[in-house]
Amino acid sequence: MTTPVKEPKNTAKRPHESRLKQLTRHQLFIPLAALALLVLFNLVADPSFFLVTVKENSLGNPVLSGNIISVLDNASELVILAIGMTLVTASSGGQDISVGAAMAIAGSVILRMVCGGQVTADTMQMSLLLAVLIGILVSMVFGAFNGVLVAYFKIQPMVATLILYTAGRSIAAWINNNQLPIINDLGFKYAGTFLPGVPIPTPIFITALIIVLFWLALKRTNLGLYTQSVGINANSSRLNGLDPKLIKLMTYVILGVCVAIAGFIRVSRSGSINYSRMAENIEMDAILAVALGGNALSGGRFNIYGSILGAYVIQFLTTTLYKYEVPSTALPAYKAVVVILLVVLSAPVVQEKLAGIRKAPAKTAKGVS
Amino acid sequence: MPKGIAVDKQGRMKERAAMSDTNLLLAITVVVFFLLYLSAILFLGGGFAKPQNFLNILNNNASLIVLSCGMSLVMITGGIDISVGAVTCLVCMVSAVNLEQQGGNLLTVVLIGLGIGLAFGVVQGFLVAHLGIQPFIISLAGMFFAKGMTTIVSKEPVRVTNEGFLAVKDTRITVPGLGSVNKLGEYIPAYVEVGVVIALLTVLLLFCLLRWTKLGRSFYAVGGSSQSANMLGINVRRTRFLAHVLCGVLAGLGGILYFLHVGSGDVANGAGDEMNAIASSIIGGTLLTGGVGNVAGTFFGVLSLNTIKRIVSSLGFDEAWWSNITVAAMLCLFLVVQSVVLLRRNKK
Amino acid sequence: MQEGAVLEMRGICKYFPGVRALQDVDFTLREGEIHALMGENGAGKSTLIKVLTGVYPKDGGQVHIKGTEGAAVIRSPQDAQNAGISTVYQEITLCPNLTVAENMYIGRTRGAGANWKAMNSGAGKILASLGIPASPRQQLGSCSIAVQQMVAIARAVDMECKVLILDEPTSSLDEQEVLKLFGLMRDLRAKGVGIIFVTHFLEQVYEVCDRITVLRDGQLVGEYVIEDLPRVQLVSKMLGKELDDMADIKSEVGGASVSLEGAPVLEARGLCSNAGIKPFDFSIHKGEVNGFTGLLGSGRSECVRAIFGADRVTGGSVKMDGRDVKIHKPLDAMKQGIGYLPEDRKGDGIVGDLSVRENIILALQVMKGFFRPFSRAQAEAFADEYIKLLEIKTASADTPIKSLSGGNQQKCILARWLLTDPKYLILDEPTRGIDIGTKIEIQKLVLKLAAQGKSVTFISSEIDEMLRTCSRLIVMRDRKAVGELKDEDLTQARIMATIAGGDEA
Repeated sequence: MTTPVKEPKNTAKRPHESRLKQLTRHQLFIPLAALALLVLFNLVADPSFFLVTVKENSLGNPVLSGNIISVLDNASELVILAIGMTLVTASSGGQDISVGAAMAIAGSVILRMVCGGQVTADTMQMSLLLAVLIGILVSMVFGAFNGVLVAYFKIQPMVATLILYTAGRSIAAWINNNQLPIINDLGFKYAGTFLPGVPIPTPIFITALIIVLFWLALKRTNLGLYTQSVGINANSSRLNGLDPKLIKLMTYVILGVCVAIAGFIRVSRSGSINYSRMAENIEMDAILAVALGGNALSGGRFNIYGSILGAYVIQFLTTTLYKYEVPSTALPAYKAVVVILLVVLSAPVVQEKLAGIRKAPAKTAKGVS
Repeated sequence: MPKGIAVDKQGRMKERAAMSDTNLLLAITVVVFFLLYLSAILFLGGGFAKPQNFLNILNNNASLIVLSCGMSLVMITGGIDISVGAVTCLVCMVSAVNLEQQGGNLLTVVLIGLGIGLAFGVVQGFLVAHLGIQPFIISLAGMFFAKGMTTIVSKEPVRVTNEGFLAVKDTRITVPGLGSVNKLGEYIPAYVEVGVVIALLTVLLLFCLLRWTKLGRSFYAVGGSSQSANMLGINVRRTRFLAHVLCGVLAGLGGILYFLHVGSGDVANGAGDEMNAIASSIIGGTLLTGGVGNVAGTFFGVLSLNTIKRIVSSLGFDEAWWSNITVAAMLCLFLVVQSVVLLRRNKK
Repeated sequence: MQEGAVLEMRGICKYFPGVRALQDVDFTLREGEIHALMGENGAGKSTLIKVLTGVYPKDGGQVHIKGTEGAAVIRSPQDAQNAGISTVYQEITLCPNLTVAENMYIGRTRGAGANWKAMNSGAGKILASLGIPASPRQQLGSCSIAVQQMVAIARAVDMECKVLILDEPTSSLDEQEVLKLFGLMRDLRAKGVGIIFVTHFLEQVYEVCDRITVLRDGQLVGEYVIEDLPRVQLVSKMLGKELDDMADIKSEVGGASVSLEGAPVLEARGLCSNAGIKPFDFSIHKGEVNGFTGLLGSGRSECVRAIFGADRVTGGSVKMDGRDVKIHKPLDAMKQGIGYLPEDRKGDGIVGDLSVRENIILALQVMKGFFRPFSRAQAEAFADEYIKLLEIKTASADTPIKSLSGGNQQKCILARWLLTDPKYLILDEPTRGIDIGTKIEIQKLVLKLAAQGKSVTFISSEIDEMLRTCSRLIVMRDRKAVGELKDEDLTQARIMATIAGGDEA
């Protein structure tokens, strides 16, 4: 309690702690350790996992190919969702489970716009930018719907978003009259595949752009301070002039934007949509990414880079499991086990017990001396 | 500040007027259901007036009734369990595989169903009650685990051909006096399936449990205010644990009934039933925040939900997706109403 | 155990992070006595009771109960019930969604079954015998708060306990109900039950109690027979005599001469809020320190919350420097140059997981706006300045504020508001639950701020603290401003008399 006032900052962490302990305490320890484990496993099992080759894609352009590229490419939607999910978790202490369904809605809207209501279109009927903007707008409205239920009606986030989780895919189907529009315009698929002459998948660029945007937002605005403050103590935040309800709503709207971009990437990979299968179970992965990144699912402090790293680790795991021919439908079972392990380990009761085990020897040692 | 004398006089008067929240919400649900059904008969006519049509709602939803009751139990204690639909699916698949490929019989099916349900209930209950983890996260993980396990057991649908099982599945219990005469002039008796009887018995049993046993009242106490319940000397953890275990077992039983109704294992079985169960409970007057609810209300909630679905489809919205939107809209409406009621009450 | 004692607590200790809530406290309860447990807020009464009833685990000491060999093990409220200790808490700890009878019997019997008929008729008898106007089958939530409180007492009474704890049971009862309760307490005393009675009302203590135990700052002051301890002495024991040692900080800092002429910094007329206070008038001048005083729940916090816009203002007008202003939410008040340090430090003050630095800059940052965050260097400079100025003891500015001691947390909140350079600062119980040294520092700071020309409203449960800092006091009773004291009227006796509303203190 009576630490000297003027202590150099570097020694702020308790000096008697060993280096190892300091390391394991770091927020990014778990995702980094998981990543290292996965890399090690693949190195031992089959080093060719890391091979990156140049192949010709279906259009005859030379592009990079390999598991690593596929991890970075396929993780795009998840990373973008994880960023939004982190904010929502931080401000409202709950998660949005409707992101997969909302992605289907956004994708459906964008497809309807570019197809102009036709079932198959060979050229885009509307400028792609405008279509995506409309998709983002619709998605923001749905985000706001969730946000209002959570912030103003005080319904638990997961239950509030259950509504859209139930109805979302049906709404997506309804938007296109339950037809499956297909767009054959190559320009539409640039965002989900490759830009002409660029050997790296476009989603990687989009994701990088989004990450940079959020990095800027966190640096140039008070997004971080406000969401954390509201998530930790809404009462105090209000007494300091913040509007906790509005800030919660804002995070849900931001998540809506993320969802729309992720949905756009997903539909532009194939130029078509499957309402019930598109981005299925991605909400689980997004929540897992947030937790894996060392963020408390009960809200408050967050580290967005932890979530991003978490998302990549999950995709790495998925790709690895695919490589060893685990069927995609069985994946949820494995991931569920990981989720349960994570939440159990981060539960306060368990942490106290673990701390007790760690402390006990120290106490007896003191008693002797 | 209440004045003593005023209370003295009013207290007696209030006695009759004061209706518990549970009874009030139950009454609303029952009225809503009858209004819905009556207006369906009046405006849509035909089909709705036939008793068999009503009984078919029961036949098709025996499993959902049981699932929803389990959901209500956990919700009354202030928790939630969204794994029930996936557990139903897993139970169907394992049972089907057991009957077809391992020479199982009805008894093994029952044991499998209850066993799987119990296992899910015990694990989730332990994590929720003793480790204090949010029930939503745990049961979300449980849901995905069950989904994944189902496809690991079998990706392909398994149709059951076991005769003993089919005999039970196709047993029709005639309901006397409710039959109708078809166009050819033949009398067709009204019937319910075996599952309906089991489901109704379950509702009755749970109704008694909640109303007249100490455990049942503890559920309400814990949901109403877990701190107070603790002060009153109730073992809050054990109560929460038992609620989840019961819910798990009921999910298992729901799985058996579902299996008995469709007679096959399929990864699509019970899809979305967790949502239907939550919606039914909420429509039936169970508060998400806990402490208020009733399985009788839940029963009527299931009926209301499916009546609405039928109305929507007979209005010409035949596509399957309308049903999901209807459920979600009902859920949203009742959630908002509950929230407004609660916020108002808290302000007082 | 002593002869005739039903309960003995020896050397009870209880620590919370940063606070010693109980230090080596002894307490003895004898058969057939009503024993008052007295002390100011934060003296440790509630903590002692929660330790006794198993809500908190104790960190040291022993509890002996008549009829059990050796030290009693009480780990949960159930254990306490089984040991014959029944408790009625200040906040109602019954389940509003169950019926009256259920609330009286649940958690008491063993076995799975329950005889509802017997339960309802039993409950009906007890309610009738105690004259409680409630039906056993009625839902508890539909009863008035007073009746709910009486039901809680009925439950405790029916448990045939050896020890009955009443933790401020009278705060929501009116006079007649209190008399009824006292009758009940005397009946129980005659039956040999030991009753622990916690209350803030001095008259009630002298009306029913046999003995008094006084706690202060988590320590035992002493146990007295009621006849041996006149009221004035009791009050001085509760407040603590040694406070005289630091008596005259006012003269030390040099009391600012306040000119009460000109437009007040803030003037409120007929202000009321949805927190249920009666409309009140209030004004404060430049360089003035004034305060609200009154018992717990008298509405003093609600008044300042209304001024700051923390509760929804339902009527009245506010002028700042003679201009009409509208304050609907805290941000409006902040923009007018008002700062507010809330009463509940943990719930309303600190943002626990954020660092000391973030906590300090929070209010100023919010005023500056969403799109204009302080640079890291600027924030660090602010934090370092105030950490130094207020001597906040923290490992670094990056330490989460929740790991600081109570006093240092409070200093951070103070720093937060000082940083916004307010014209008018409201401090609601800034000294509660913090160590005596910091208390004095904060009082000195208040006077220094006034000397610099800022206006301060200071609220404290400790009257002499108010006497030392304030030049004017507004006295609250029953959510209503009942008097204003200044100059020669500012004496302990006068304040007490005004608070009590009777003729004598």
